[in-house]
Amino acid sequence: MDVGIVSYGAYIPRYRIVPQEIGKVWGTDGEAMSRNLYILSKSVPGPDEDVITIAVEAARGTLRRCGVDPKRIGAIYVGSESHPYAVKPTSTIVAEAIEASPNMTAADFEFACKAGTAAIQCCLGLVGSGMIEYGMAIGADTSQGAPGDALEYSASAGGAAYLIGSKNLIAKIENTVSYTTDTPDFWRREGQDYPSHGGRFTGEPAYFKHITSAAKRLLETMGTKPSDYDYAVFHQPNGKFPMRVAKQLGFTDQQIEAGLLTPFIGNTYSGAVPLGLASVLDVAKPGQRIFAVAYGSGAGSDAFDISITDGIEELDRSAAPSIRELVERKKFIDYATYAKYKNKIKLKEAIE
Amino acid sequence: MREVAIIGVGDTKFGELWDMSLRDLGIQAGLSAVYDANLSGDEIDALYLGNMSAGKFTEQEHIGALISDYSGLARDHIPATRVEAAGASGGLAFRQGVMAVASGMHDIVVVGGAEKMTDVGDTLSTEIQAMAADQQWETSFGATFPALHAMIARRHMHEYGTTREQIASVAVKNHKHGSLNPKAQFQKEIKLESVLRSLPVAEPLGMFDCAPVSDGGAAVVLCPLEKARKYTDTPVKVLASAQASDTLSLANRESLCRFDATTVAAQRAFKMAGLEPKDVQLAEVHDSYTISEILAIEDLGFFPKGKGGQATADGETTLGSKLAVNTSGGLKARGDPIGATGVAQVVELVRQLRGEADKRQVSGAEVGLAQNVGGTGATVVVQILGRVN
Repeated sequence: MDVGIVSYGAYIPRYRIVPQEIGKVWGTDGEAMSRNLYILSKSVPGPDEDVITIAVEAARGTLRRCGVDPKRIGAIYVGSESHPYAVKPTSTIVAEAIEASPNMTAADFEFACKAGTAAIQCCLGLVGSGMIEYGMAIGADTSQGAPGDALEYSASAGGAAYLIGSKNLIAKIENTVSYTTDTPDFWRREGQDYPSHGGRFTGEPAYFKHITSAAKRLLETMGTKPSDYDYAVFHQPNGKFPMRVAKQLGFTDQQIEAGLLTPFIGNTYSGAVPLGLASVLDVAKPGQRIFAVAYGSGAGSDAFDISITDGIEELDRSAAPSIRELVERKKFIDYATYAKYKNKIKLKEAIE
Repeated sequence: MREVAIIGVGDTKFGELWDMSLRDLGIQAGLSAVYDANLSGDEIDALYLGNMSAGKFTEQEHIGALISDYSGLARDHIPATRVEAAGASGGLAFRQGVMAVASGMHDIVVVGGAEKMTDVGDTLSTEIQAMAADQQWETSFGATFPALHAMIARRHMHEYGTTREQIASVAVKNHKHGSLNPKAQFQKEIKLESVLRSLPVAEPLGMFDCAPVSDGGAAVVLCPLEKARKYTDTPVKVLASAQASDTLSLANRESLCRFDATTVAAQRAFKMAGLEPKDVQLAEVHDSYTISEILAIEDLGFFPKGKGGQATADGETTLGSKLAVNTSGGLKARGDPIGATGVAQVVELVRQLRGEADKRQVSGAEVGLAQNVGGTGATVVVQILGRVN
C-alpha cells in the first residue's frame, strides 16, 4: 500500500525582529551575527499565539486544501519542545478545534527539533498497518532562547501540519529511516525557562554527524544519489548549517533553495523541516522527488524520500496561504515589543 | 648531576576531541612516547603529569594515579605525580622529571601533560582559566585572561609604538606554521585582515588573537644521557631547565610590558647551558595571546624590548629566518590544552632537533628553547634542548 501526504498546511507568526536590533541591546555586533548565522530576520509569536494556535492554524489550512472530513482522522500527534502545558496535551485541543475528536487517539511528541517528523513517521506506521485511515502530524514551536544567548538570534516560531493517508496522495513517502544516539548537545530540564547548549558541540558531533548518517543510510537503502532528487530539505538551525551539510552530501544550492526558510524566519525548531517541506510542496510538480532530513538534539535524524504524485494538481493549494505568502506577511518590531510579546518583561502580579 | 636525554616523544592531535576523555588523551600520548623510546612498561621508574584543572574541567582529580593506572602501570606501583602551575603545568612537570633523572633518583621517567577542556561550556572554561590569576585582586573584580592580556597589549602599544597590525602578525605567522603541522588544531592559513576584523574579545585583542580551547595530550621519555643510545639513535640532550616566579597579580609588577620571570628563567637557563640567545635556531614560546609572543621573544633576549612586534611583522621569526618561533603553530594554531602545552613544546623541539619535522623542519637545528608560562607570567619555565651529534 502506498502511504504518504494527502494534504499539508502551515502557519508562521507575522512579527519579525532583525539580528541587528537584538545585538544593539546586548552590545553584540548584530550585523556580524546575521552574517555568521545567515539569518536576516526571525519570526516572533504575537502575545496571543502559542504552539496550540500555530498547530490549529496549520491543521485548518491542511483540511481546507483537501476537504477530508476531520472525523476520518484517527490520530493527531503534535511535536514540539514548547508545548504550552507540561502536563495536558496540545493535541487534544487541536483535535477539538478541527472537530476530529472524540473517536481517535492523540498525543504530544517531544524530540527537540525533530518531533514533527517523528509524528509523521508514527502516522505512516498507523496508516500503513491499516489501524487508521488518516493521521495528522504537526511540528510546531515557539522556541526559547535566553536573552543575550546566541540562540536568541535564531529561536523563532512557526509550524506545519501533514495529513497522512493512503488515498488521494499528493506525495508518496517512498521510505523513511532514522539515526539515533544519546548525544547531549542541547537540553532543557523540567521547570527551566531556557535551554542549555554545548556550543560548537552542537555542530560536528551532533547536527552534522546525525544528518549525514541518516542521509547516507537512506541513499544507500534506496540506491539513489543526490542528483536523483529535485529538492532537498535539511534541518536549519541557522542558514549556514543546511548549506554546509548539503554540500558535504553532494546536494547543490539549487536543490535546497526552495526549502531554506531560516534566513527569513529563523529556526522554527520542530516546525523547521515541516515548513521547509511545505515550501517545496507549494511549488513541486508531479514526478519530482524530494529528499528531506530532520535533526533533533539529543540526538537523532529522520530522513525521508518523497515522490510527488499527479494528485498534487488536484489539491486546492490556494485554499490556504503559501509559505511564500506567510514569509512575506511580516511586521518588524523593536526589541522592547519583542520582549513584551515573549513575556520577558516582569509585570505586576494580578490581584486575585 | 647527571646529564639527561629525551629518548621518546608522543602526542595526540590537538583540538575539539569530542570522542576522547582525559584518560584517553593521557594514555594515547604516553603510549606513543613509550613506543617511540622502544621501552617496555616495566622499565618505567616514575611518571610526572602536568595538568591544570581536571577537577573543574572533568570533575576528576588525582590525575597522577589515574593515568598511571590506565596506562597499565598500577601493578608496578611507580611513583606518579601530578604537577600544577596553571599554563606552566606541563613545563614544570618536565622540569620535575629532568631533576629526578639528573639527581640519580630515577633512570627512566615519563613526563606527560594532558587537559580535557571541552567537557564544559565557553563561559565556565573562561572562568576556570582565570583561576590562574589572582582571585582576590584580579578575578573577583571581573578580570579574565583576555582582559589582562588586553591591558598588556594596550600598554605595549602605548610605550613602544607597537601597532595592532604587528600584534596580529603573530597569529598570521603561527597559523602559517600550523598549516604545516598535521597535529595542529588549526591547519589553515589566515590573512592579516581576518585577524583585524575578528570579533572583539577584549580590545584590542580579537578572537584570532587568542589561543583556542583545546583537548590534547603530549608526553616524553627521559633517561640519563649515558644510557640513551640503548634506546634510540637520536637522543636529544636537555641542556637546561630553569624556572622562575613573579607576583601573582599584574598590578603588583613594575611594568606591564615584560614578564620578569621569563627574563630570569631564561638567564638561568642560558647560564646553565653555557649559551646565548643567538645560539638558538628555534623557540616554542607561550603565545596564549598574540601579545604574549611579542613579550616572550623580547624577554627571552631574542629581540630588544619594544622591537618584538616589528620583528614579527618583518618575518624575523617565521620559518626560514635565523630564528623560527613556534614552528608547531604555537598555542594559537596548534592549540592550548593547558597542562599538555609545556610538554608539547618539548615534543616539537625534539622532532625538530631529530630532523623529523617534515614540511616545517628548521634546517640545521642544533639548539631549541621552550618558554612555558603560568598565569600572566607568575610562573615561567624555560627549557633548552640540544641535538646530540
